[in-house]
Amino acid sequence: MKRDWIYQAALLAAAGLVFWFFVSNTAQNLETRKIASGFGFLWREAGFEIGETGAIAFSAADSYLRALGIGLWNTFRVAAIGVVFATLLGALVGLSRLSPNWLLAKLAAAYVEVIRNVPLLVQLFFWYAVIAENLPDPGEALQPLAGVFLSNRGIAFPTPWSTPVLSGFNFTGGAVLSPEFAALLVGLVTYTAAFIGEIVRAGVLSVGRGQVDAAYSIGLTRRSALRFVVLPLALRLIVPPLTSQYLNLAKNSSLAVAIGYPDLVSIANTTMNQTGQAIEGVAIIMAVFLTISLSISAFMNWYNQRVALKGVRQ
Amino acid sequence: MNAIAGWLRANLFSSWPSALATLVIAWLAWRLVPPFVDWAFVEAVWRSPNSDACREAQGACWAFIGEKHRFMLFGTYPFEQHWRPALATLILVGLWGFSALRRSWHWWLGLVWTVGLALIAMLMWGGVFGLRYVENERWGGLILTLILASFGMAFAFPLSILLALGRRSRLPVLRAACVAYIELIRGVPLISVLFMASVMLPLFLPSGLTIDKLLRAQLALVLFAAAYLAEVVRGGLQAIPHHQYEAAEALGLSFAQRTLHVILPQALRLSIAPLVNTFIGLFKDTSLVLIIGLFDLLSTIKVSLQDPAWSRFGIEAYLFACLVYFAFCYAMSAYSRHLEHGGPGRRMRQS
Repeated sequence: MKRDWIYQAALLAAAGLVFWFFVSNTAQNLETRKIASGFGFLWREAGFEIGETGAIAFSAADSYLRALGIGLWNTFRVAAIGVVFATLLGALVGLSRLSPNWLLAKLAAAYVEVIRNVPLLVQLFFWYAVIAENLPDPGEALQPLAGVFLSNRGIAFPTPWSTPVLSGFNFTGGAVLSPEFAALLVGLVTYTAAFIGEIVRAGVLSVGRGQVDAAYSIGLTRRSALRFVVLPLALRLIVPPLTSQYLNLAKNSSLAVAIGYPDLVSIANTTMNQTGQAIEGVAIIMAVFLTISLSISAFMNWYNQRVALKGVRQ
Repeated sequence: MNAIAGWLRANLFSSWPSALATLVIAWLAWRLVPPFVDWAFVEAVWRSPNSDACREAQGACWAFIGEKHRFMLFGTYPFEQHWRPALATLILVGLWGFSALRRSWHWWLGLVWTVGLALIAMLMWGGVFGLRYVENERWGGLILTLILASFGMAFAFPLSILLALGRRSRLPVLRAACVAYIELIRGVPLISVLFMASVMLPLFLPSGLTIDKLLRAQLALVLFAAAYLAEVVRGGLQAIPHHQYEAAEALGLSFAQRTLHVILPQALRLSIAPLVNTFIGLFKDTSLVLIIGLFDLLSTIKVSLQDPAWSRFGIEAYLFACLVYFAFCYAMSAYSRHLEHGGPGRRMRQS
């Protein structure tokens, strides 16, 4: 159809025109503001300290590139730990909602309802207020378990190598989660778990009663019925939306900028404010998240093909 | 009596694990609920013109909310003009309530919205009918959250329909452009789109031409929400059986007629419940404009805490924020559930 191609050529031409308009304006604006475009600024001295570097050395004399690298590492740390705990809590919530125990089921349902209907940012501020304002000083830290200390300096807990000890005004030894990291982690985990809980619940409910009965009738034990029939069937439904929740968690970790945890977005924001390299800064953030989401999609496609029903046309 | 015992046995003590769970929950409730009630009600301070009474009390300081509620709800809008954002809030909530009724799902609903939104713009800006002009830098609080969400939805929805139709088009260039847009936006966090609107957009425009901050944030929310809505609309389009397209074509209808009179009315009705869910997401996402320095509800609450006299009452402040957001989102999610279970959407599908 000739007309179709004329329409599409017009569309392309219009898009090109708008693009050219933006590019020429930008070039002019950058020139008047004396900002050099390009990524050369990455090798300049950052000139700011980072509160939390995740065991990587950093000083104000290091480059922007190194600062952004630490931001990326901080994003990965909170996202990786968050994904593990959100999955565990989410599975617990989802299974609790299916429990024959009325109290447990209602409690889990109320949890999901409250968490899903309040913005994550409000929840992050709430957790940060709880930890930074309302927990006691390290000297009077709460000890819910032996060796675990909750205080307004964060959460100190023992590792296999050392245990936290109070010295002066803070803890040394063990591992310490800063208040910012702890608030972000708790917020992300509780928020994402509510969504994962619903996915798990829907997945388990989708396995028909007939499937389970059939498994028993061919002589499978309860355990093997679960292992070979219910789980594979439920996982096929659970995994695709589950991976998109993981992706959401990674994207939501960008809210760290609001409570002062130095993740990638937060450091890119500081960099943009200092250098005026707005386009490059936003481009870096978008490129990183697009890479993460494309790799997760690729994984999901691979997984879907692997677990797809063999011999059945989808 | 027996009925109660039977219910208890069936629902709370049906097995050993179940009984254990019941006991653990009961123990936790006994440990946590009385202290919470003490804090939130018994020991709480409800009235205190300055924060002295709150500092001495053991309980929550609700007086903080009472003292600051005008600022939290209306931001820096001129004090004696607060009736204007209040009235605008009522009109907006009224518009949403009205749109939820099935009997208002007609073409004239668009007209009602246009009039309503125009009325709100007139109230908020003023400058006509003897209303004082108030520049939008001074808008804030709940009404700003509602405006961002409502105008965001109102503009993102038509855009999303175009994107969804584009994604299903047989024109390869158009299809590729829509797919690229939708996947790009869905792959990045909202905050990066907001940064783009707040720091990159001014660079894109010719010098001398500036768009104000509120409009830029609104634009970012519209572009972001449209990508998510487009996927919901596409779901609705995919659920329409192929014979509907063929029948419309057989009647000799043009593409525009087929789409407007046959496909879209059915597809949109099917997707109302997920559309409402996406809208809840947009409503929650408006809180992110705080990061680029706009005074929405969450932001005015956070700013209230910067008053040194009241800076210690963060928990009370954010619980209040939770309550307001929850009230709006819960109403919407209850509505969406009502649609899914035997609401108007379901009835349509059966007929």
